[in-house]
Amino acid sequence: MKPGAGLLHRVAGVVPGLWLAGFFLLPLAFVWVLSFGEKQGLVAVDIVWTADNYLRALDPLYLGIVAKSLWIAALTTVICLAVGLPVALGIVFAPARWRPLLLLLVILPFWTNLLIRTYALIAVLRTRGHVNATLGWAAELFGLPFEPLSLLYTNGAVVAGLVYVHLPFMVLPLYATLHRLDRSLVEAAADLGAGHLRVCVTIILPLAVPGIVSGSLLVFVPALGSYLTPDLLGGPDSQMIANVIERQFKSANDWPFGAALSFLLMYVTFGALALRSLSVRRPAVP
Amino acid sequence: MRIPPGPLEFTRRTWIRLVLLATFVFLYAPIATLVAYSFNDSRRNIVWRGFTTRYYERAIANDGLVEAFGNSLLIALAATVVSTLLGAMTAYALWRFRFRLKPLCEGVVMLPIVIPEICMGVAMLVFFARIGWPGDLPWPISLSRITIAHISFCFPFVAVVVRARLSRFNGELAEAARDLGAGEWAVVRDVIVPHMRPGLVAGALLAFTLSLDDFVITFFTSGPDTVTFPVKIYSMVRFSVTPEVNAASTVLIVVTITVTVVAMWLQNRTRSGAPP
Repeated sequence: MKPGAGLLHRVAGVVPGLWLAGFFLLPLAFVWVLSFGEKQGLVAVDIVWTADNYLRALDPLYLGIVAKSLWIAALTTVICLAVGLPVALGIVFAPARWRPLLLLLVILPFWTNLLIRTYALIAVLRTRGHVNATLGWAAELFGLPFEPLSLLYTNGAVVAGLVYVHLPFMVLPLYATLHRLDRSLVEAAADLGAGHLRVCVTIILPLAVPGIVSGSLLVFVPALGSYLTPDLLGGPDSQMIANVIERQFKSANDWPFGAALSFLLMYVTFGALALRSLSVRRPAVP
Repeated sequence: MRIPPGPLEFTRRTWIRLVLLATFVFLYAPIATLVAYSFNDSRRNIVWRGFTTRYYERAIANDGLVEAFGNSLLIALAATVVSTLLGAMTAYALWRFRFRLKPLCEGVVMLPIVIPEICMGVAMLVFFARIGWPGDLPWPISLSRITIAHISFCFPFVAVVVRARLSRFNGELAEAARDLGAGEWAVVRDVIVPHMRPGLVAGALLAFTLSLDDFVITFFTSGPDTVTFPVKIYSMVRFSVTPEVNAASTVLIVVTITVTVVAMWLQNRTRSGAPP
């Protein structure tokens, strides 16, 4: 760096650094310290450097919630992948003039508020909602008896809500990977007599692996930490980690335990991201 | 005769078309019904009884809702200005310099993007409680907690967008400017910032929509007197499903989509209009 240019450059580096340190890292550090504290009375917390809060997370009650959160997030990821692959494939191989429109259609819901999309699902899924109205109408048409299904406030509703919200996160990385795919490989396979499905499974799927990995993480990580969807669409037994954390801070008022849980959630997130950087680095050969 | 689809024409396969169609119905039907039923003249909300704008009138007459909307816009504007500045500086610093801890710094800048929202919300709650941030400030200042939290998670997004733009910068332009006698500040002002501009605009609009839309982090930093639009809608949703909520939601959808479409249009225009 030239000596005269110092001031400007230092400002560019230091100001955001200070902001990040003061209004992001410091708050995280507070939570981290708090997670080793012990609750004393209503608001007071003693920092006694105990691991009790972390050990409490191993309680079967909380372990069950963690397992359920992991399961729901994994199921969401698998469904997003199963839907996202054909969608991405359809967009990549669409005529060039359709492609921007189709991509826009995938991205646009993603720009609508998460809360509003979840609310929209409530209106669709509730007992007197659109799904039940449609089913009831269809049943009436065929003269069948119909009992409205209770779709809302179930684990299924939570998974549906998470898929609804996270599908674009899966489609976009898959699209990015498949878009760069060498089409002559597909043509070669077809020339050598591979059928359409065989091309999908033996040529396209292996080449899509980087996109599958990125997409799965982009879905899994936020789905695991999601608060709003289980809160609004889930029933009493579909609480996820984030809902437990929220309860510790708002109603149960056990901040140290909430802090420990939120750091555990962060460690899982970092673990998933570390897995990704490993898997990205390995296939270095094109 | 219909020509059978060729090996690369996946989009002409029936099953792929069905999946595409089903996906778009799944993605759009709930939002479309939400918007449609905000105009429905029925409280029961499921049977169509004719067109009305009554619920919009009622939403406008709801002082709490209007106040929350004002708060949201103010917070989003303030957060956008500050996070665009911070994001641009971050992008510039990370693009321009090489230093020993650079990979670490890059990782830390990405942290607010990757950590779960709930963790960030909790951190902000604890932070403001611990440092004793005053809770009874007069009105616009009372929004400072939410605004600070929003800036912290918005500016890394701006930094990512601007940095992507900077990575396409032709370094020879800066060298040419220096050869012609421009100082470092003049190079930044006259060469680099104009190049950054589409990224700055896109980043600013992204920050604006992120801030306007955020619920979880705001939920942990808002107080009884500092309610934003999403937080207000949330409390209404918890209470009951009413056409009034539909109307309020529709307003927010329209604002966000408009901002996004303007952002995309601006980006496209600068991309096609800019020299290669």
